[in-house]
Order: sequence, then C-alpha cells, then structure tokens
Amino acid sequence: MVLPTLARPAPRVPRRRPARGRLRGGAVLLPLAALAVAVALQEALTRTGVLPGSYFPPASQTAAALLVELGGATLWQTLGSTVSTWLLALLIAVPLGTAVGTVLGLVRPVEAFLRPVVEFLRPIPSVALIPLVVLTIGTSARSALFLAVFASFWQVLVPAIAGVRSAHPIALDTARSYSFTLWQRLRWVQLAAMLPHLATATRLATSTSLILVVTAEIIIGIPGLGHEITMSRSVGNPARMYAYIVVSGVAGIVINAVVKRLERALFVSHGIGAQA
Amino acid sequence: MSVTRTTELRRLADGGRGRVALGVLGALVAVLAWSAVSGSSENIYFPSLLEILERTATYWPTPEGVDNLTASLRTLGAGLGLAVLVGVAAGLLIGQVPVVAQTVSPALEFVRAIPATALVPFAMMLFGVGDEMKVFLIALGCVWPILLNTADGARGLDATLLDTARVFHVTGLRRALGVVVPAVLPRVLVGVRIAVPLSLILMVTSEMVGAQRGLGYVITQAQATFQLLTMWSGIVVLGVLGFLLTTAYSALERLLLRWCDPKRVSS
Repeated sequence: MVLPTLARPAPRVPRRRPARGRLRGGAVLLPLAALAVAVALQEALTRTGVLPGSYFPPASQTAAALLVELGGATLWQTLGSTVSTWLLALLIAVPLGTAVGTVLGLVRPVEAFLRPVVEFLRPIPSVALIPLVVLTIGTSARSALFLAVFASFWQVLVPAIAGVRSAHPIALDTARSYSFTLWQRLRWVQLAAMLPHLATATRLATSTSLILVVTAEIIIGIPGLGHEITMSRSVGNPARMYAYIVVSGVAGIVINAVVKRLERALFVSHGIGAQA
Repeated sequence: MSVTRTTELRRLADGGRGRVALGVLGALVAVLAWSAVSGSSENIYFPSLLEILERTATYWPTPEGVDNLTASLRTLGAGLGLAVLVGVAAGLLIGQVPVVAQTVSPALEFVRAIPATALVPFAMMLFGVGDEMKVFLIALGCVWPILLNTADGARGLDATLLDTARVFHVTGLRRALGVVVPAVLPRVLVGVRIAVPLSLILMVTSEMVGAQRGLGYVITQAQATFQLLTMWSGIVVLGVLGFLLTTAYSALERLLLRWCDPKRVSS
C-alpha cells in the first residue's frame, strides 16, 4: 500500500535556465586539472623549500606513505575499528532516537514535561564528557561508542518529534475513519511523514558520530584512525599523518555516499520519489 | 487515569501556559531526582548535585575561572566569526560562478568529509599549541556547513529576481546587499546553525589536547588531578554555555529572517 499523497501539491517551480558559462566536459576535466595543478604546485613549493618540508611533506611522499600503509595491516585494522564503532553508534542512536522521538511526539504532555531536560542535555558538547567517560567506562572502544551515541541521539530525537507531528491532519483523519490500529497508523501514515526529517537527521548524525569516534581516538588514545594520526605527528612522521588524514577523508566520503544511497532506496520504496 | 483526565492533560500540553508549567515541573523533577539519587550516592564518580553546584559557584567566579571562561569564549568567537566570513564569501563565489564551482567542488567534498577533529594534529603541527591553533581548528571545521549552504543558496537564486535587478540597473554593492544577501541569508543561517554546536565540540577538543587555559583544559586537568567536583562543574558550565549559545542564536536567527523576508516568518 502506498500512502495516498495527501500533501498539498507543490507549487510549480519555474524551470531554471541552464547556468551560463558552463564548459562542456567541465564536470570531469576541470576538477582533474585543478587537482593536478594543486598537487604539482604543492610538490614544487615543498621541493624548493618555499613551504617547510617538515610541516608539508611533498605530495609524492604522502602518496608513498599511503601506499606503504595500504600494504600493511595497521591501516586496515584501525580503519576497521573506527568504522565498526561508528556504524554501531549509528545503529544504536538512530533507532533509539526515532523510537523515543515517536513516543514523545505522540504523547504531548510527556514531551512538554521532558522538553527542558532535553534542551539542557542536547547542547552539551559530548566531548566535555570525555574525562567522565574515561573514569567510568575506561579507555576501550566502548567509550568512543558511548560518546558517539550520546552526540547523535539528540540529533535524531528532535527531528523525530517534529516528524511524527508533521503527518497531514487529513491523512490522520482518514486513518481514523478506516479504524487503523495504532501500529497501522504509525506504519503507514506517520512513518511516511517522518522519513524526510529522519533522512536529514541521519545525515547529520553520520558526520557527528564519525567526528566523535575520531575525537575519542585522539584524546583517549583508543586504537583507530584518529590515534594513528596523532601518533604519526608525535613521532615526527608528517607524511604518514597526511596519509591517515586522507584515509579518514575517503572513509567519510564512502560513508556519506552509502547513507545517501540507503536514503534514496528507502524513499523510493515509500513512494516519496525525487528527493535529494 | 480516566479518559477525561488524559484529554485534559493533553489540552494542557497544547496550550502555551500549560506547556511552560509542565516544562518547569519537568525541570524541577529532574533536578530533584538527580540530587536525590546523587545525594545518597557512595559512587565517587557521581558526586551530589548540591556539591557540584556549590563548586560551580565557588570556582567559576574566581579570577582563574573567569580567565578560563573568557579564553574559551574568545577563541570560540574568533573561530566561528572567521568561519562565517570565509564560508559566506567563498560560498557566494562558488554559488554564482559555475566554473569555480565545477573546478573546486570535488576537492571541497573531500576536505569536508574529513572528520574535523582528525585535523587537530595537523593544526598543532602548524601552529603549536597556542590560541591560533584553536581558532584555526574551529574555523576549519565550521566553515564547511556554512560554505556549502551558502553556495546552494546562491546557486538557487531566483532568476526572475536577478533579471528584475538587472532591468532596474541595480548593480554592484547595492545588488549584493539588497538582492543577493537577503535571498541567500536563510541558507547561510541554516549553515551557521549546524556550525554552532560543532564549534563547541572543536573548542573543547582543542583545549583538551593542547592548551593552558579554557574550559576543556579545566575539565581534563580536574580529571587528571582527581578533582571530580571541578570536573563536573566544568561540564555543567559547558551545558549552560551550549544552552545559552543555541538560545541566543535562535533569537538572532528569527530576527534576521524577519528582516530579510517580513512576510514569510509569521511564527
């Protein structure tokens, strides 16, 4: 069953003119050329000593360090532990935030009652809890997990509350006339209304939890990408540090792309096409 | 609870005054519950709320406490201000000149995907452990959401609006301030809203790894020297700071939105 699209028809958007000055094939060639120029410039500046080579090793050295790491076991182990902690955090925070948000969204008195507590806890930068977490949970990956879940939970909770309430009144009335059960109403009316909110929230939570996992690795010293980055700096191997920063960037891109694809698949299966 | 009672409660929660009353009640219950649970707690890691508040009141007004607090606020303001300036300027450029957008956007996507704190060691290598490092790190992490949202907003500028400006010979600074900025501002504000909590995270992180001052420094030092009350008081101060910052920003946002489009924002 596809939910009858009860949302008001979107106002017609005037078609945008094709942007002026767009070059043919520019989408591929221009960025590649820019990248090549930037890398060559960096290489030249560091080789000639304009930029201090001890801070900015030439790009070729960073690439060489990256190749060495790609062949070793450390990179894959640390990448694995960072990504698995991140994924677990997201798998806990998103369903938990959605569930609690749904309850709070439906039961208004409870939501009004708890709102100030949420509003106080939500803006606490979760890194502030690191010392507390070190004392109570210790220095294992579980600390990073807790911090990442704490940070991303609020980012899902608040949109989930708004999402449950954004269901169209006529859809709700229709559900009532057909005497939907609570579950049916949640599944077919309210979940569909929540999805756009949840998608944005998940995307925010994705980057936040990755940041928190890496931060915990840097400050607490939990094995992972963040830890390797600081270690490389403190042993005076900047090329390896940049190599690991590149790896963390690639991990971020892949993770974002996967989340975006999942999002689109979910939208299509719920008949909310053409979003994002 | 009877049915009438629940509906009554429901109606109470919908009204403005009822919501506030329930909220105040909720806050009170939460504080009482915390102090009741922690008051009798033997766990040294979770001292009683009363003691934490007492320490907050005695430590933070001292010259040392004020010094740490202002040091944090200064780096936060400088970093966030720099991020807004650079992000809006670069975003306007990228959004309005397609060639620039095509050239740099893959690189931007990559740099943005790096978790901001992964650049802490990089910033430390560049600037040592001074204030510049903290400002640089906050600006570097916060610039992306602002830049990308501004660029999106500038790209989606209404063609009719721009054509109208051209017909009336509105150019240069007047065009920028009178046409482009009000049209892009809502998106800029969204970007800054994402950046504000991020800036707090980066501020605390940078103070934890390399600093002699600031809130993050106080919290980590207190943990290292086992002064759990001071550590907790730092967390409380950070919570209050975060709350005040987001509240103040929401107010500012409403004000600016009303300025740039008086008709749209009615609530």
